Formats: sequence, C-alpha cells, structure tokens
Amino acid sequence: MRDYTVGGPEARNAEVNNLVEADWYKPHVDREMMKTLMARSNGIAARDTVIWLVLLVGSGVLAYMSWGSWWAIPAFALYGVMYGSASDARWHECGHRTAFRSRRANDVIYHVAAFMDFREPISWRWSHARHHSDTIIVGRDPEIAFQRGAPLLNTFLELFAIRTIIAESKKLFLNAVGRPTPEQADFQPADEMRGSILWSRIYLVAFAGVIAWCVAVGSVLPAMLIGLPTIYGRWLMVVYGITQHAGLAEDVLDHRLNTRTVMMNPINRFMYLNMNYHLEHHIFPTVPYHALPKLHAAVADQLPTPHRGIWYAVREILPTLARQRKDQTVSLARVLP
Amino acid sequence: MTEPNWHVVGAIDDVSREDVIGVTVGESQLAIVRTSDDRFFAVDGLCTHGRASLAEGFVDGTEIECPKHNGRFDVTTGEAVASPARVALRTHPCRVNDGCIQVQL
Repeated sequence: MRDYTVGGPEARNAEVNNLVEADWYKPHVDREMMKTLMARSNGIAARDTVIWLVLLVGSGVLAYMSWGSWWAIPAFALYGVMYGSASDARWHECGHRTAFRSRRANDVIYHVAAFMDFREPISWRWSHARHHSDTIIVGRDPEIAFQRGAPLLNTFLELFAIRTIIAESKKLFLNAVGRPTPEQADFQPADEMRGSILWSRIYLVAFAGVIAWCVAVGSVLPAMLIGLPTIYGRWLMVVYGITQHAGLAEDVLDHRLNTRTVMMNPINRFMYLNMNYHLEHHIFPTVPYHALPKLHAAVADQLPTPHRGIWYAVREILPTLARQRKDQTVSLARVLP
Repeated sequence: MTEPNWHVVGAIDDVSREDVIGVTVGESQLAIVRTSDDRFFAVDGLCTHGRASLAEGFVDGTEIECPKHNGRFDVTTGEAVASPARVALRTHPCRVNDGCIQVQL
C-alpha cells in the first residue's frame, strides 16, 4: 500500500514531480460574472444557519423529553445528524470564510461546528488549506479520506468516526502538552501551535466535564447530547464525503480528474451546503456555497458530466475501492470535454 | 513612463469598482486594486502564503482575498488580515493621473 503519511517518502516524490503548490487547471469564466459569483451574503448564511440551529435545538429538546421511550430513537437520529453531519458543511464553509460576509460570524460558526465535528479548529484550518493546495497529492494532502488499498472495514468504521476519534483524541492529548503530531508539523506553522494548545485543552476540559456530568446524574444522557452525536450522527457526512474524491485519480493537477460533482436534492443540498458541487468548489474556493449552482451552470460545458445522484456515485465508488484493495493502480477515469 | 520610476499600468476603466487586475512591470507581477470607495492601490501580485495570483482574487471593501486559500490582505497597508495569509504583501505607491493608473517601482 502507498505510504499516505504527510511529509513521508511520497512527499519527496511529489516535489520531484512538481506536484507541490502547483498551478491547476481552471475553466474560463467571465470576470464580471466571477465577481458576482464571489459576492458574500450575511442574509443567506444567517437564514440557513437559523434553520439549522432550530432543527438542531428542536430535535435536541425532543430527544431530551423522549429519553426513556421509543420516541427517543427517531429524535436522537435527527439530532445526531444535525449535530454530527450537518455541522461538517458549516465547519467547512465557515472555514473558508465564504458562508457569511462577516468574518466574525464565519469564525463563530466555524468554532461551534468544529467542536461538533470533534476537530481541533486551528490545526484543521491548516490541514484544509493544504488539502486545497495539493488536492489528493499523496504525501502532501492530509485529507485523503479513502486511501487505496485500505480495508473496506475502515470505510465502515468511519461511518461512526471510530478511526477519526482515535486519531483526533491522540492529537488533542499531544497538542494539550504542547506537542504537534509529525503530520501536523508538516502543514501547520510552528507558531500556530499556541492556538492548537489552547483549543486542545478547552476540548479536553469540555469533554471531561460532560463525563463528570454523566457520572453525577448517573446517566449517559448528557453525552448523548454533547459529544456522542459526533459518533452516532456522523454517517450522513461520510455518505456525502465519499462522493468527493474516492476512487478518482491521485497525483494529478486537474481537479476534473480527482474531484466529483454529484447532483443532489434540495434537502441534501441544505444539509451539505451545496458541497455536492465539489469540483466547482475546489476550482473556485472563493465562491460561496449559495452561488455554486450558478457557477456549475456557467462552467458545465468545461467539466465532466456530473453524477445524477448519490447512489450513482456510490455505485462506481465502492467497487473501485474494492478493486484498489488488490490493484492500487486502478482508478476511475473521467471523460473531459 | 511619466516621471522616473512611475509607470503607467492601465486606464482607470480597466478596473471596475471593487475589483482587481493583474499587471506586469519589468519583472514585477502586481495586482492593481480598485476599492469600494474608489481608491486605487498596487500590491505584489502573488499571495505570500501559496503564491496564487491575486489578480483572480475577490475584492471586498479594502481587502483582497486569495483565490486559492481565502487568505486576506488589507490593500491599503498590505497587512495580512485573515489566515492562512500571515506575511504582509508589499505595497507600492499608486496614483491616478489624467485617467491613467500609475505605479512607482
């Protein structure tokens, strides 16, 4: 299996092959149109954030009130998805600071969503910047979630964030005592560690507080509301996430070959904040989520045909991941216009 | 060339309000920014973080956002105001004279 370690031996190959911080393919878009597409809106982001928070808090209250009855199952299922899955797109969009026009609003929601995703906010900001610099460049990109040759069991475990929780917990403990992980040291500037130390300590205290609360009341209910939803509510985020890059090319400088756009219904697009237009997002990360459908229409003739739905994407991805277990040279090809 | 070290880099109509264009003077790649309050500024053309061309960036008020990682700079001072940008951009004297944008290098 290839060594996906960031800063590992493949990083040297990437450098030799001029794949580091390289120039990537960009379709043509009229500048005036681009300017319109890049415009930010506090109003749209505030509307979508309020709807999300109402669903989150509302389902949380229902879950709390129904605790002990069978009604708790659907209530926690909805709450978990709002907490553990919908938060991912909010984390992502606010991390780019494109959701709101206001930088402060982006940063507040970014930190709230990062906590729900169990992501230390500073290191993940740098990790994601690297993901955009060197998308699916092995040895450079710290966010290659579906690695060739990895057991399919990993994908299943990721539905419940098991491996992520273990890796992130280890990082939190290391960061809390002032030590970066080796991969983190590769993409995060050393003086940005102060923020990681602070947030790691805040997270550890917060989760210790939730555990103490559970012990004090003799119930797991507090953890079902804070912390555990990252595990039991994460599955939808993984379903969305697997459509982004899995099974496509590695080590290329054209997002059309390593990133997928998948058409989704309005509910999924709300939950995922239009990140189904993932190819367009990677090519033009300054375009906010609410303008991605228009961007998609503007560049559609220059990009591969998008998948018609989640199922159509998953149907090509899972068999490819299975084939890559035996032959890591296998990848899905894309027909370019 | 108008005066020593001042270079004409375009006409004011070449840049729309709250937008940016890229120009090259000698070997220097510059971004010419027209702010929302209709002032002109010249800054280095490449982001100090990922070396992306700021001419493709997004201008918001007096700030320019890098098209690759969304780092931001205040074009009036060059200061990096949003991560992952951390190192300030070099700014260059810029003026408008008789409908032309001039930059001093």
